[in-house]
Amino acid sequence: MYDFAYQKPASLADAVKALGAEDAKALAGGQTLIPVLKQRLNKPSVVVDLSRLGLSGISLTGETVTIGAMTTHATVANSADVKRAIPALAHLASLIGDEQVRHRGTIGGSLANNDPSADYPAAVLALGATIKTDRRTIAADDYFQGMFATALEPNEVITSVTFPIPAKAAYMKFNNPASRYAMVGVFVAKGPQGVRVAITGAGQGGVFRHAAYEAALAANWSADALNGITTPTDGLNSDIHASAEYRAHLIGVMAKRATAAAG
Amino acid sequence: MPQVTLTVNGKSASVEVEARTLLVELLREKLGLTGTHVGCDTSQCGACVVHVDGTSVKACTMLAVQADGASVTTIEGLAKADGTLHPMQEMFREHHALQCGFCTPGMVMSAIDLVQSHPEGLTEAQIRHGLEGNLCRCTGYHNIVKAIAAAWPIMHGKVPAAAE
Ligand SMILES: Cc1cc2nc3c(=O)[nH]c(=O)nc-3n(C[C@H](O)[C@H](O)[C@H](O)COP(=O)(O)OP(=O)(O)OC[C@H]3O[C@@H](n4cnc5c(N)ncnc54)[C@H](O)[C@@H]3O)c2cc1C
Ligand code: FES
Ligand code: FES
Repeated sequence: MYDFAYQKPASLADAVKALGAEDAKALAGGQTLIPVLKQRLNKPSVVVDLSRLGLSGISLTGETVTIGAMTTHATVANSADVKRAIPALAHLASLIGDEQVRHRGTIGGSLANNDPSADYPAAVLALGATIKTDRRTIAADDYFQGMFATALEPNEVITSVTFPIPAKAAYMKFNNPASRYAMVGVFVAKGPQGVRVAITGAGQGGVFRHAAYEAALAANWSADALNGITTPTDGLNSDIHASAEYRAHLIGVMAKRATAAAG
Repeated sequence: MPQVTLTVNGKSASVEVEARTLLVELLREKLGLTGTHVGCDTSQCGACVVHVDGTSVKACTMLAVQADGASVTTIEGLAKADGTLHPMQEMFREHHALQCGFCTPGMVMSAIDLVQSHPEGLTEAQIRHGLEGNLCRCTGYHNIVKAIAAAWPIMHGKVPAAAE
């Protein structure tokens, strides 16, 4: 690993300022950034630790669940509030990586990174969540901009994510047994913004919505409503783990299971 | 260079490190605690698991500076001063839960956190899910799962530790 300077600012304003330096990098749980640094795939001048900014915690209103950016996957998975309000979200968090990754990895880090096989992007897009940063709020539909690309500016810090509570939702994941990331993950939701279906793991451009499934489920919320709707393979990933055709097939299987699980 | 002050196995330590020094490097190279192993470069194997403020984490995926002020427990901190093993270590021995032993320190640290965080009970499926971050190339996991199931009642005071 190349060496770097390390800072642990005590205020959000100081963190944003420190991140304004050339090649500065924010550090949250480190479960993506540290492996990347170990492989020398990134050479930051300064690493800015966000752990002293008070950005972790979960709060509820009647209609929403808000999760602080530094809240760990384990905290979300085990939260009684999240389990009650949006059980699909707690379930999704419990499937990320492994126990030790969940103890450190955070929702803000996962969304800032926007790995095309990450789990949280599916929940954020399907539930129509809003991402709050130090300077603005960003709707899920505007946030994800392709593989590892987001609407965030270079020194912008995610502070929290607000999820509208859906009437029904579920997440089903077919994971890569070695990496534990999603080969295909499907999040289905029926909420204040209508029926939304988001697919992660499969698309070359990262997470995407499935318009044909959304229309079918809006007309008839049942797994059978998805019978016969095929997913075009254009734009789907094909790699040593799975061909685009296999991923297209898995999308159908996971979507039906998710719809059935959502009840 | 940054100075890190932390408690390791109950003893306070203050060490000068580079910002890029990993917690596992601090433990092994600065403090000589080589029980914590490194088995991969990809944060996947779990040989390096230690407890930071009571929670199991991969010491290869945490900077030493992130552990400033923390209390760290490694495999060396489990047995009593007189050599009496921790119940989890004892159950690993009893159930033949190790062969080459390379994964064992991380397995034991993950297993202890798993048992401690499930006072309500632990099913076999939960044990297997809880061990997803720990790879073992020797045992096939069955005896590790048995050892953890056997340690649960002892650690939660439900049965007296087996007498010799
Ligand atoms: C073995 C292993 C298995 C994994 N399996 C999965 C899996 O199955 N599914 C899955 O989704 N993920 C998986 N992950 C990734 C894990 O979820 C990470 O925790 C997550 O991707 C990044 O979160 P972090 O808090 O660790 O961020 P970090 O690694 O600290 O940061 C990641 C990136 O986000 C930036 N960043 C962090 N926080 C913020 C913020 N608040 N605002 C702006 N930028 C920020 C950083 O600068 C960096 O570029 C796995 C990781 C490992 C090591
Ligand atoms: S050394 Fe393999 S996970 Fe830490
Ligand atoms: S006992 Fe050899 S790797 Fe587990």
